[in-house]
Amino acid sequence: MFSIENITNSFHNWLSSVLSETLVMLVEMGLIAIAAIALFAVLGLVLVYMERKVAAVIQIRLGPNRVGPMGIFQTSADTLKLVLKEGFMPNNVDKFLYKLAPFVVMITAMLILAPIPFAKGFQIWDINIGVFYITAISSISVIGILMAGWASNNKYSLLGAMRSGAQIVSYELSAGMAVLSIIVLTGSLNLNEIIESQRNGWWIFKGHIPALIAFVIYIIAVTAETNRAPFDMAEAESELTGGFHTEYAGMRFALFFLAEYINIFIVCAIGATLFFGGWMPFHIGNWEGFNHVMDFIPSFVWFFGKTFFLIFLIMWFRWTFPRLRIDQLLNLEWKYLLPISMFNLLLMTVIAIKGWHF
Amino acid sequence: MFEEVATSKEGEQIINVGPQHPATHGVLHLIITLNGETIVNLEPNLGYIHRSIEKMCESLSYRQFIYTTSRMDYLAAHINNHACALTVEKAMQIEIPERAEVIRILVSELTRIASHELWWGAMAMDLGALSPFFYAFREREVITDIMEETCGARLTMNYMVPGGVMADIHPNFVKRVKDFIIQFKSRIDEYDQLVTGNIIFQNRMKNVGILSKEDAISYGTTGPTARGSGVSCDIRKIYPYSIYGKLQFDEVLETAGDSFARYLVRVKEMKQSISIIEQLIDNIPEGDFQAKTKAVLKLPKGEFYQRVETPRGELGVYIVSEGGTTPYRIKFRSPGFSNLSALNHMIKGHKIGDLVAVMGTLDLVIPDIDR
Amino acid sequence: MSFLKTYITEVYGAVKSLLTGMKLTGYYFTHPKEIITEEYPDNRLTLKMADRFRGEVVMKHDDNNEHACTGCSACELACPNGTIKIINKFEINAEGKKKKAIDAFVYHLELCTMCNLCIEACPTDAIKMAQTFEHSVYDRRLLTKQLNLPGSKIREGVE
Repeated sequence: MFSIENITNSFHNWLSSVLSETLVMLVEMGLIAIAAIALFAVLGLVLVYMERKVAAVIQIRLGPNRVGPMGIFQTSADTLKLVLKEGFMPNNVDKFLYKLAPFVVMITAMLILAPIPFAKGFQIWDINIGVFYITAISSISVIGILMAGWASNNKYSLLGAMRSGAQIVSYELSAGMAVLSIIVLTGSLNLNEIIESQRNGWWIFKGHIPALIAFVIYIIAVTAETNRAPFDMAEAESELTGGFHTEYAGMRFALFFLAEYINIFIVCAIGATLFFGGWMPFHIGNWEGFNHVMDFIPSFVWFFGKTFFLIFLIMWFRWTFPRLRIDQLLNLEWKYLLPISMFNLLLMTVIAIKGWHF
Repeated sequence: MFEEVATSKEGEQIINVGPQHPATHGVLHLIITLNGETIVNLEPNLGYIHRSIEKMCESLSYRQFIYTTSRMDYLAAHINNHACALTVEKAMQIEIPERAEVIRILVSELTRIASHELWWGAMAMDLGALSPFFYAFREREVITDIMEETCGARLTMNYMVPGGVMADIHPNFVKRVKDFIIQFKSRIDEYDQLVTGNIIFQNRMKNVGILSKEDAISYGTTGPTARGSGVSCDIRKIYPYSIYGKLQFDEVLETAGDSFARYLVRVKEMKQSISIIEQLIDNIPEGDFQAKTKAVLKLPKGEFYQRVETPRGELGVYIVSEGGTTPYRIKFRSPGFSNLSALNHMIKGHKIGDLVAVMGTLDLVIPDIDR
Repeated sequence: MSFLKTYITEVYGAVKSLLTGMKLTGYYFTHPKEIITEEYPDNRLTLKMADRFRGEVVMKHDDNNEHACTGCSACELACPNGTIKIINKFEINAEGKKKKAIDAFVYHLELCTMCNLCIEACPTDAIKMAQTFEHSVYDRRLLTKQLNLPGSKIREGVE
């Protein structure tokens, strides 16, 4: 059976045979860095293209169709344009923070990539507190947004950044609660163990209705956390023109833009891992034959399939719903999502203790 | 330089929305005093698209000046032209043929639907939902196509002339309008599914920008803005012009006075316009489309006023004539100007996100305000 | 308990309204035949403008390079923007009489608002609106046009 694990293992063995242990580690780190950056670039291009096509078809139009067949090189051309643009900087900005902010946002997105298992045995960093690490790091990105909003010397930017701060701090809670309810079932923070626990069925099916509620809350909360419509308070182009990135142009703007899409990918990957079994193929209990057939589909196909399904779901939200107001946004979190997810967590704990899940 | 109009206290900041801003749909400049996210004061600053249409009209003949009014409220060009043509006809006591009257009403009501379609899409877009804009434009496109076929232009038609209309309706007109009615009726439910019933949308609109009945009257608001506050002010009903007096239709009234009420008025008005079109489309009388008029129009000495109901409210045309071939003075009473003046009252104490909801339901067309 | 009941109905109603909207956009996503985009520069050959579309003013010429313009300046007077300028000359006809005829019908496309008043005013139907709309040029002077073709004459019998 085709598996990426074999390739990486044989490569590692070959490297170990020719180089010393320290050198092997250094070479592998370098390779991983290149791979991560390449993945970022490709993901950015693919997701932006996907977003534009999804939006176009929903809005009964064609979308990009000029550059390349079906317009697939449109995003590459846009990136080229953004790279060539002047890195414009307005007067009286805090130069250091202004330049630093896009990188903070970007690096945060990169850091979360580490513990995500992309395929069977294909993971940058197998850490035993993977879920905890992800929730901890993901809240750093708000610092980059606040930094950008403050440093831009623009009232729109500042308003957008403040909204973003309030929003991410609130929605971290219910996202964390939703994640916790799966942790309660598995009893482990290790992403690999969470995936292993779904060998006989994904948690969204095994965990009854509480898992479904947890999933819905998770999707709503991460849509808010990634500043996507209907929760795009931080940008809100009809209110704040561009929110925190109003004053950014060229490649610095592109980094914010890219980070947004990478963040979507990451939260969807985590969602897929927790609720849909990550790279784990679709298994039903003890149906050996069926499970065996499903195993023939490579694990990375499963992972990316699930992730892109969730990404599509989030895009679908964006092109359907109007934006919430900032106080309604906080109402939704504190009056609806948080109480529901707390109650749900309690329910989930009861299920886990009693062993009512499949 | 704006220190004279807006001063900020401790903890407040002044923010300029516009003249180039995605929410203002044109070159409207709003000077907003903010306390955090709450709007303390709002001061509209006008004049960015002032083209002195009223002054221009003084040097144009009574046939020529009508075309400039297409450029005022460009979404309701027909209705503006209608108002001017009616004023000239009233002054010269021109009897216009029955067929011309019916054609005028038909294209006016189509214009009203097209204008409300655009408003619906643009308002949903302001609130962050981008897809409704395209659905609205799909229907609006059919109307502009009909207009193009009959009037020769899509936006600035200049179709109404003193004495009737410029050309007879196109042979396809009746069929295409009937097709449009069928299409529109099947699509109007989608609007409700996508926007009207949506919980986010309702929360954004309800209890936002409340204008009481008294305030609506004292600010001089007209059209759907006033009717959302329960003020009966449909010129087609209370001062019927053309053949509106003979038609069966309801004046849509809502009493809540908030943004959602204004929204409902406009959506229901589209359905009323459809019913007016349905009454007329099968009964277009035969005859001339234009009365015989002199080549050079001369209004008698005096003052003439005529008002019509545009999609945004009451448009008045006031002509002072010295008896010559050009007007001595022309004044347009545009609906957008009065409606905008109520904005400060409606928005005080609300969040900045409500600004787009309130402004969206006022349906401002900036060239109409500035002229 | 009534509080809990309203709370749950509220949440249910909200979720239902959101799903209704998603159903509609989902319908359009799964039905690409609803796409209404017209790919304009590609469909130029098949693009059919409405026959009353007002694109620019042109003068009708027949096969003998003759037009119907008498040079009466009615269009010039009717135009609100000074778009049209008629330059007349005097021709000596076969009978040896001087006769007013058009020398140049100058049309400023850049000033024209396509209001159709000149066409309405023309007593001899000499001018009409063409359905062209791609008027952009790199030199502004190209927008000032002479509508009567070089060497064209007024048609016999048009007064």
